[in-house]
Amino acid sequence: MRGKSWGAVVALHLGLVAVLFALNFVLPVYHQGVLARVMVLAVYAIGYNIAFGYTGLLSLGHAMFFAAGLYGAGLMGLHFGMAAVPAWAFGTGAGALLALVVGALALRTAGVSFMIVTLMFAQAVYLTILYFGDITHGDDGFVVPSVSRTLAGIDLSQQHPRYLVGWALFSAALLFSLWLVRAPFGRVLVAIRENEERARLLGYDTGARKLGALVISGTISAASGAAYGLLFGYVGASFAGVQYSIFALLWVLLGGAGTVLGPFVGTLFMFYLIDLATEVTDAYMLIAGVVLVGLTLFAPQGIVGEVRRRLWRDLP
Amino acid sequence: MSDVILSTKGLSKSFDGLRANHDIDFELYRHEVHALIGPNGAGKTTFVSMLIGRLRPTSGVMTFEGRDVTGLGAAARVKAGMAYTFQITSVFAKLSCHENVALAARRLGGDVEAEVASALERVGLGGRAEEIAGDLSYGHQRLLEIAMGLAQRPALLILDEPTQGLAESEIAGFKALIRALAAETTILLIEHNMSVVMELADRITVLNFGEVLAQGSPEEIHHSSAVQSAYLGTGGDDAED
Amino acid sequence: MEFGPYLLLACLEGAVLAAVLALMASGLSLVFGVMRVVNVAHGEFYMLGAVMAWVVTSVLGGGAVINFVAALILAPLIVGALAVLADVTILKRLNYDPERTIVATIGLLYIIQQLALMGYGPEARPVEPPFNTRIALPWVEWGEGGISLYFPWGLSTTSYKLFVIAAAVVLLAALRLFMTRSRAGLIMRATQLDGEMATAFGIPVERVYALVFGAGAALAALAGVLIVPIQQAHYLMGGDALLLSFIVVIIGGLGSLAGTVVAAVLIGMSDGIISVFFTPTLAKIIATLLVALVLVFRPQGLFGVRER
Repeated sequence: MRGKSWGAVVALHLGLVAVLFALNFVLPVYHQGVLARVMVLAVYAIGYNIAFGYTGLLSLGHAMFFAAGLYGAGLMGLHFGMAAVPAWAFGTGAGALLALVVGALALRTAGVSFMIVTLMFAQAVYLTILYFGDITHGDDGFVVPSVSRTLAGIDLSQQHPRYLVGWALFSAALLFSLWLVRAPFGRVLVAIRENEERARLLGYDTGARKLGALVISGTISAASGAAYGLLFGYVGASFAGVQYSIFALLWVLLGGAGTVLGPFVGTLFMFYLIDLATEVTDAYMLIAGVVLVGLTLFAPQGIVGEVRRRLWRDLP
Repeated sequence: MSDVILSTKGLSKSFDGLRANHDIDFELYRHEVHALIGPNGAGKTTFVSMLIGRLRPTSGVMTFEGRDVTGLGAAARVKAGMAYTFQITSVFAKLSCHENVALAARRLGGDVEAEVASALERVGLGGRAEEIAGDLSYGHQRLLEIAMGLAQRPALLILDEPTQGLAESEIAGFKALIRALAAETTILLIEHNMSVVMELADRITVLNFGEVLAQGSPEEIHHSSAVQSAYLGTGGDDAED
Repeated sequence: MEFGPYLLLACLEGAVLAAVLALMASGLSLVFGVMRVVNVAHGEFYMLGAVMAWVVTSVLGGGAVINFVAALILAPLIVGALAVLADVTILKRLNYDPERTIVATIGLLYIIQQLALMGYGPEARPVEPPFNTRIALPWVEWGEGGISLYFPWGLSTTSYKLFVIAAAVVLLAALRLFMTRSRAGLIMRATQLDGEMATAFGIPVERVYALVFGAGAALAALAGVLIVPIQQAHYLMGGDALLLSFIVVIIGGLGSLAGTVVAAVLIGMSDGIISVFFTPTLAKIIATLLVALVLVFRPQGLFGVRER
C-alpha cells in the first residue's frame, strides 16, 4: 500500500463523504432521516471499531460511553439550558473521562474477563441512571429543550441542518480513523491485536497504548451519543442498556471489524434490515440474533472484510 | 564505556521453593558472540527470561550498559537497547514481512523504509517484503524474526535457539550472517546445535542444574572434563537431549 | 411489623432466591468449568424452563400436582435437547473459541428470546403450585412473664417455598455426587482438566461437550420450573437471572461448583437482606461493581485459590 494504491483508498473514502453530502439534497424525507441517524450512530460504531477491530479489545459495555455523551449533553441542556456546542463538548468530555477510569481498571484483565468487566461497568452505569431518576427521569427519559438544539440560530431539529451536522460529524470521524490506522500509533494497535507479547518485546508499552486506544474509542462513542441527543432530541435509559453495547458489536462485525468503512456499512445494513423486520413483527431483534450467529459461523470478516480479502488487499 | 555490556551478580530464581536458577554471575563483553548452552532443564530459558525482563528474579542484580536494570520491564529493556528473538517463532502472522520489520524499526524513528529494506536484505528476504508473514516457510519466519531484531539496531541481540528447525543450507547462511553482525553488535546465542556454537562463539557459558558449570573459549569448554561428564560426554556433538 | 420478624422474613425470601440461583449458576459454572465457554444465553434457558412449565401445564390440564411433576421432568429435557442442538450446530463449529462463542451465544440469546415473544407472547403467565399451604411463623418476645412465642401478622411462608429450598439442596447434592462418584462425572472432570489428553485417552470430547452444554441448560430450566409458581413466566425474565448468575459464578470463582453454591447463598441472602436497607437498584449497582472489581483485583473469585 506504500505509494500507489493509497491514492485510490483516499479517493474511495472522500468519495463516500461526497456522495453522502449530495444525498442530502436528493433523498426523500424518510430516507434522509434514516441516513442522518445511521451516520450519527456509525460514529459510535467507528469508535467501537478502534477498540475492538483495531486493538482487539472486545468490550461488551460501550453503551456506557455512548450514554455518557448522551446524558452529559442532554442533562446540561435540560437543567442548565446550555447551548449546543458546549453541551456536546461536555458530553464528549464526560465519555473520555469515563473511558479513562474504566480503561485503567478493566485493562488489568484480558479476553473473557475483559468482556465481563466491561459488561458489568456498563450495567452499573445503566442502573445509576435509573437510580438517580430525579435528575435523569429514569426509564421515561426526557426531551432535550430547544435551547440546546440550536446552532448559530439554526434549528437542529429541522431535516436539513440535522442531516448536515450528522454528516459533518461522521465525515470527521471517518477521516480521523482512516488517518489513525495508518499512523504509527494505529499500526502498533494492530500489532497489539495480532500478538501483544511480541509488540511488548519490540519495546512498545502496550498497556499505555491500549489505554490510549480505549480512551479514543470511548471519546468517539461519547461524541456520537452527545450528537444523537442534541440532533434527535430524546435521551433515555434504553440507550445505556446492554442492547446498545451489543448493537455496536453487531454493526462492526457485520460491516467488518478492523476496516475503516466497516462500521458505516454495518450500521446502514442493520438499520434497514431491522426497519424491514419491524413492519412484519414485533420480534425484530430476532434478526439481530440470526445475523450475529450467522456472522460468527460463516463470515467472521464482515462485508468490507470480505471485500478486502477477495478484491482489495490494501484496503485499510 | 566499559567493555562489559551486560552483567549479572548472584542472579537467582525459584518457583515455589524450586531453584530454577541459582547465584548466576555472568558477564557479556561488547562485540563478542557469546553462546549459552546446557542440557534441557538446565535453566537457560529462565535465565534468558530474566535477562529480557519477562521474569522477575527472586534475588540478584542485573546491569546493562552500566545501568541497574533489575527492576525494569521487558519493554523498557528493549528501549534501552536489547533485542530478543523468540524461541518459538512469534512474528505477526497476518501482517506483511515489511510491516513486521517496520514495526520493529519505527520505534527508533529515522528512515524506516531504508531500515526495513536493509534488514530484510541482510537475512535474504529482500524479495519477499510484501508477502504475508504467516505464509512464509518456517525457516523464513525464523529469518524474519532476526530481521526484526536487526531493525531495532540493538546494542545486544539475544537469539533464542535461532537455528531450530532450519535446514542445513539455511544454517550455513545463518552462520555467515552472525559473523557479519559481530562487527556491529553484541550477540548472545542460546543454541543447541554444537557445530553452530563451536564455529561462532568467542566464549561459551555452560549452565547445569541452574548454575554456571563452566565458562571459557570453545577450546576450553571442549576440553573441560566437568562439561564433558555433565553434558558432552555421552554423545559428542549431538548431546542435546 | 417489628424489625426482628421482618429480618427473618427477608432471610426466608433470600433463601428461596439463593436456592434457585444456586441451581441456575451451577449450570453456568459447569459449562464454563468443563468447556471454557461463557454462555450468555444461559438466562434464556431459564426463561424457556419457566415457559415450558406453563406450556406443559396447559397442554396436560391435569391436577396441579401431576402437571407440576410433568413440567419438572419434561421442561429440563426439552430445553436440554435444544441446548445440545445449539452446541452441535453452532458452538462445535466455532471450535469453542472463547470470544467467538460469546458473540454466538449473544445471538442465541436474542433468537430464543424473540422466538419466545413470537410463540408465547408478551404476557406474564402463572403456573399453579402443586401445594401452597400458608405456614405462619412464630417470633420470640420478652414480655412481663419472660420469653414467650407469638405469631406476628404477616410473618409467614408457604409450603411451596420451603419445598423449593429443599429441592435445590437435594438436586445440588445429587449433582455433586454425580460429578465426584459417577463414571460420567469423572469423564467430565478429566475433560475439564485437559481436553487434548482426554481425547488421547479415547474420551469422546465432542459428545461430552454437547452433553455438558445440555446439562447446564437443563439445570437453568429446572430453576425456571421451580420459580414459575412464585414468579410468573415472562419472555424477558432471563436478563436479570443471567446477571445474578454471572455475579454468583464470578464471586464464587469461575468453574468451581462449591464456590458457586456458597456465593449463591451469600448473594441470595444478602439480596434479601440488603433490600431491607437499600433500594433494589442500589443493591444491584453495588453487586455489579463488586463483580467487576473482583474480576479486576481477584480473578480467582473471593473464595477461590489462585492457580499456579
